[in-house]
Amino acid sequence: MDKRTTAAAVVAELRDGMTLGIGGWGSRRKPMALVREILRSPVRDLTLVSYGGPDVGLLCAAGKVRKLVYGFVSLDSIALDPQFRRARESGAIEALEFDEGMFQLGLYAAAIRLPFLPTRAGLGSDVVALHPQLRTVRSPYEDGEELVAMPALPLDVAIVHMNRADARGNAQYLGPDLYFDDLFLGAAKRRFVSCEQVVETREFTQLGSLHTLRIHRGMVDGVVETPGGAHFTECPPDYGRDEAFQRAYAAAAKSDEAWADFHERFLACESEAAYQDALRAWRTDG
Amino acid sequence: MSDHGATRAEVCAVALAECFRGDGEILASCFGTVPAIGARLARLSFAPDLLMTDGIASLVADVLPVSGEHAADEPIVEGWLPFRGVFDLLWSGRRHVIMIASQIDRFGNHNFACIGPHARPKAQLLGMRGAPGNTVHHPTSYWVPNHSPKVFVERVDVVSGVGYDRAAAAGPSAQRFHEIRRVVSNLGVFDFATPDRRMRLASLHPGVTKQDVCAATGFELVIPADVPPTRWPSAEELRLIREVLDPAGARQREVPA
Repeated sequence: MDKRTTAAAVVAELRDGMTLGIGGWGSRRKPMALVREILRSPVRDLTLVSYGGPDVGLLCAAGKVRKLVYGFVSLDSIALDPQFRRARESGAIEALEFDEGMFQLGLYAAAIRLPFLPTRAGLGSDVVALHPQLRTVRSPYEDGEELVAMPALPLDVAIVHMNRADARGNAQYLGPDLYFDDLFLGAAKRRFVSCEQVVETREFTQLGSLHTLRIHRGMVDGVVETPGGAHFTECPPDYGRDEAFQRAYAAAAKSDEAWADFHERFLACESEAAYQDALRAWRTDG
Repeated sequence: MSDHGATRAEVCAVALAECFRGDGEILASCFGTVPAIGARLARLSFAPDLLMTDGIASLVADVLPVSGEHAADEPIVEGWLPFRGVFDLLWSGRRHVIMIASQIDRFGNHNFACIGPHARPKAQLLGMRGAPGNTVHHPTSYWVPNHSPKVFVERVDVVSGVGYDRAAAAGPSAQRFHEIRRVVSNLGVFDFATPDRRMRLASLHPGVTKQDVCAATGFELVIPADVPPTRWPSAEELRLIREVLDPAGARQREVPA
């Protein structure tokens, strides 16, 4: 089955109030072309689930987020996403913040259809104290340990960005870390992969070792080819983070006026192609 | 005080290195420049078996400098440690992390998440990150480059890293692997070697008095009658810091002389 589709078709599946999981980690291999398509859509009131980077900042700034479920939000080379900071400090979003490891267990529990997974992480901290809906569970064995029951984090839709994919939905990462993209896909009802390039299936094992093939077609409902689709986050070995652009993004968040300019130039683009054109113009002319 | 004048930053680097003494073959993780120098110094001297990462997904066999022309050299990779492996490793306990504290209280409760109420913070900081999990799974130490009553507080706004009283209140599962080993600031070294696990002044950096520390601390510290000075860097340690690990002097920006 040919699962190739477009960013617009993927985003057309989103409904107001849905829970959306976004793969990647911080400012690393984020499905930014799909995020930009969401910015162009009327969808709102999303519950975002993410090891957050600029995906979170941009969607918060656009007023798309009602609730954020997260392990952290960082731009890596810039410690904190300024739009996330604004959203938190203005009280614009509901925040459900977990320890990074607990967050992984929540995705894993959803992916393997368990209601929760036990963990020591969270005990004694305000992650538990601030979220009274979190429960503990007692080991039925002799140790009798009382542990946090990290609830499953099921997703309506998951989006991830990979280096390569084939038309049937097999996908390949060629960088150093899969992060938790397999768990995001596993936790979701509808699962979409954007990629730098669609290749023939037979090419995968020439492009990378068997170990790079962690996402198979049984985990994926649609594939979007979108070169530069992780910009401005990194997508090694295809490209590194666009640090200059990330700095411009962070600087623009400092005032409404600067943000309006940034929005006009890069976010109000009618398509991903127009965004990439605007980017080329910015690199040439500054 | 010295026949080979070390700076305060260099004293701190050695104190941070000392946090890892005796740790054996575990992962040493650090945040901040001076802790990074400290961990590498430990690895190059008395703790040669420590594991270290490149901050991405590789375990590295050699010790690269934190500054200067060789800081970005390709390391010798000895293993693969993607984030999933990091979580497995930290849950196994084979790790010791040094995190920066924005706030810390007398029982070692730590905050770098936010200032003000979590529901709507006055200032969003890093967030919880891995601090809740780290502190109940493996040894944790803290680094405070600017010791002040704003950092050493009566009560932290949000508990990201778990201190001794909160671990005790949460029960044996929280306490089982919990250890806040040390807090190193630009004024001294602190530990929790007291009957009720209150923070104790363990050593004073050369040139700092008990009064300096008390004035900069927003709660009552346990102050022993005799407080030793923080160990002075050896000539070889100073050579490693200055010539090998931090030739461009990045440490001086984190802890001014």
